[in-house]
Amino acid sequence: MPRVTFTENLKRHIDCPSKEVHASTVKEALEIVFSENVALRGYVLDDQGRLRQHVLIAVDGEFILDRLMLSDVVNENSEIYIAQALSGG
Amino acid sequence: MSKIALVATRKGLFKYIIESSSKEWHLESSAFLGAPVSMVLAGTHREDWYAALDHGHFGVKLHRSLDQGTAWQEISTPSYPKSEDTESGESLELIWSLEYAGNSQPQGVCAGTIPGGLFYSNDKGGSWKLNHALWNREERGKWFGGGYNKPGIHSICVDPDDDAHVTVGVSCGGVWSTVDGGHSWMNKAKGMRAAFMPPEKQMDPNIQDPHRLVNCKTKPDAFWAQHHNGIFKSVDNAESWQEIEDVNPSTFGFAVAVHPQDPQTAWFIPGIKDECRIPVDGKFLVTRTRDGGKTFEALADGLPDQLSYDLVYRHGLDVDTSGDCLIMGSTTGNLWFSSDQGDHWQCISNYLPPVYCVRFVS
Repeated sequence: MPRVTFTENLKRHIDCPSKEVHASTVKEALEIVFSENVALRGYVLDDQGRLRQHVLIAVDGEFILDRLMLSDVVNENSEIYIAQALSGG
Repeated sequence: MSKIALVATRKGLFKYIIESSSKEWHLESSAFLGAPVSMVLAGTHREDWYAALDHGHFGVKLHRSLDQGTAWQEISTPSYPKSEDTESGESLELIWSLEYAGNSQPQGVCAGTIPGGLFYSNDKGGSWKLNHALWNREERGKWFGGGYNKPGIHSICVDPDDDAHVTVGVSCGGVWSTVDGGHSWMNKAKGMRAAFMPPEKQMDPNIQDPHRLVNCKTKPDAFWAQHHNGIFKSVDNAESWQEIEDVNPSTFGFAVAVHPQDPQTAWFIPGIKDECRIPVDGKFLVTRTRDGGKTFEALADGLPDQLSYDLVYRHGLDVDTSGDCLIMGSTTGNLWFSSDQGDHWQCISNYLPPVYCVRFVS
């Protein structure tokens, strides 16, 4: 199963352990995580559901292309990593 | 009687206290160390205190304390409605003002935000609703950012005699007021002048940049505004504004406070001008009028003798309920207190992070 991992910097603010999920896109993966951790959504996505301006998501080491709809595909063994950008710091 | 003051800074929230038997303030506690605290709200008449955080990368968050700032819990954050166009829809960028909604609403809280929304909670921040009547005003589309990329509501003046009467200051969008609890709004910036605009636009009430708007607690129809290019006052519920131009050393600044019992008395902290935001001649001081703006005194006893470059942001000055005590915090991390309306100042700290907001709790 794809695994979602969050930067240590975010763990300073909210509990967000790594989690394996059944998902075929980044959006599906995050929705599963957020369904069990409602407050976490607002740290990653903005009010419109977009990826926050200064947050990055990498799938297997490649930054996602669709920051609006999060439609980038993940496969069975993907590592989905949520990081803070150096911008906005 | 002891006094408590909260200081919101670029790197945390600090709670200071001075005992009645002491002449020295001391730091009682801190919270959110390392995190920018854009706004704080507290009062002795309410058990619910609030601190707004701007985490930058991870967005704006709101915390509430029910035990006078000992413990804080994250609560719901104002959120903009989903747009049909995901790409262009608005998202909360900053909580710029927080005020209690008034005596008849013991659980009511108002939040002014960037990008220009006014939110209301009737359950101590458990949930928030955008005020659509103001948000949907056609004129809002012409508001623009002042300092920030997008416009924002930085001042919320709730009429102590009538909770349904609320007046807000917008940078940049002028002054707006409701008398029916937010169902309808009217621009109330007539008489303000934006010197930085082309001549034909200078008196447009919808493009004015009041940096800070305050009204007198016992005479709430009396307003003062520290505007981008000057000082303005109103004595008629913001129906009209008069500019006060002859103030030494300057009329430029961000903060203003008005005496809670005497609308003729107000304090300002001048800088050179918008493109040079430092004290005139490097001399940091406070100006005070006691006669409604006819004359001003420069107050500097206890403030730095040497050259200084402090600026006090719009929420960096507060007056207590007696009208005698003032507290102010600067961008250089200095914090000062006066117990005699600014005649003399006592330094509380020289080593804070840049100060965003100060509040007397008592």
